[in-house]
Amino acid sequence: MPGETTSLENPADRLNEEMLIRRIRDGESSLFYQLIQPYERRVYSAAFAIVRNEADAEDVAQEAVLKAFKHIRQFRGEARFSTWLIQITVNEARMRKRKEHAGIMQPMVDLQDEAGNYTPRDFADWREIPSETLERSEVRQKLVEALASLGEKYREVFVLRDIQHMSIEETARALEISTASVKTRLLRARLMLRDLLAPGLGGNWSSKLSFAKGTKPW
Amino acid sequence: MVMMCEQVWSEISNYLDGEVSPDLRAAMEEHFRGCQKCSAVLDGTRNLIGLYGEERMFEPPPGFSRRLHRRLEENMPRQRATAFGWMVAAAAAVLVVGSFEIADSSSFVRPPFRSQLAQPATGVPADLMVVVSEDGKTFHAAGCRFIHDKALRTIPASEALREGYAPCVRCMRKYLSENAGLDADDDNDEAFASSEKPRAK
Repeated sequence: MPGETTSLENPADRLNEEMLIRRIRDGESSLFYQLIQPYERRVYSAAFAIVRNEADAEDVAQEAVLKAFKHIRQFRGEARFSTWLIQITVNEARMRKRKEHAGIMQPMVDLQDEAGNYTPRDFADWREIPSETLERSEVRQKLVEALASLGEKYREVFVLRDIQHMSIEETARALEISTASVKTRLLRARLMLRDLLAPGLGGNWSSKLSFAKGTKPW
Repeated sequence: MVMMCEQVWSEISNYLDGEVSPDLRAAMEEHFRGCQKCSAVLDGTRNLIGLYGEERMFEPPPGFSRRLHRRLEENMPRQRATAFGWMVAAAAAVLVVGSFEIADSSSFVRPPFRSQLAQPATGVPADLMVVVSEDGKTFHAAGCRFIHDKALRTIPASEALREGYAPCVRCMRKYLSENAGLDADDDNDEAFASSEKPRAK
């Protein structure tokens, strides 16, 4: 199924991970480095997508990994280790945000009614943005800004589902919401992002980038 | 089934996730073929999902991994108290069967110690994981109460010796030359129970 990809699709890797967790619980703490190594980037990106700045994201990521280490005995293997770790990261990032913003500065997009259907605003032909352009910081910056402008509940679902590649069920479990809510929020998040970056609206940036003469922009 | 644009939009996310029935999928595909607007919405959404899903979208800052590991190391020793007992037992077993000993290795030339007062050790297992600090002069077993600094690294004993660290006279007592004959059983007590100098944390 699309979106089911994770770092440990291979059953042998999962077995190895289970063995690592058992040994860490039995006292071989130093194996924890090995356990989290495949997930370090994912922890950071989950934290960054929620707190929206590098310094806080790094701090949140560190706290989340430390918490996972301290509470490794509470991990029962009912979910994937990665889901559990990202859930801790999301909670840590949420706590950080609440502490710092205490309910002020809610993004405008958050005020939209979740139950109502979202109507796309831009229907201009989409110009494909190839993944190679992510090498350019201005392209990444635009994508990051668009994501940051989404309301928290949409951003969280989008981050877990489309950035962390969690399944709908894993996303629902991590955020403690229903799978129906995941689907509704995901639809909105995806369509809002598309509008924000569409060529006819906020996406004018994509045609303003300079390219070498005679080459295709994308 | 003929679909209106509004119906297509409400299912476009599920369509991309493979979460629609075969009938609905067929109806949506039929609609996309004849509707330029909805095709534009579909293309853009699919494109963005692909872009945001790329690993390089959110690159951690340089040194992220190193700082994360250092933070973990700072918090590990207390967690490793139970591991130490295991490591001592394993180290003792290694010694009994007479396997590799650093001081006896012909290929290993010990560099000067960081402290002139340091005593050389015999029989520290090369792969015993020990804790050192950048500014310190000695290496310790994880959990030793005489680890004072915060910037700690956990490395094999062989590497610690290569870098000029000397064994801690408390937790590594059983490996020090002059104490080679001591009973190893009391080492745990010495390393963990002493309240003479509690860890500065």
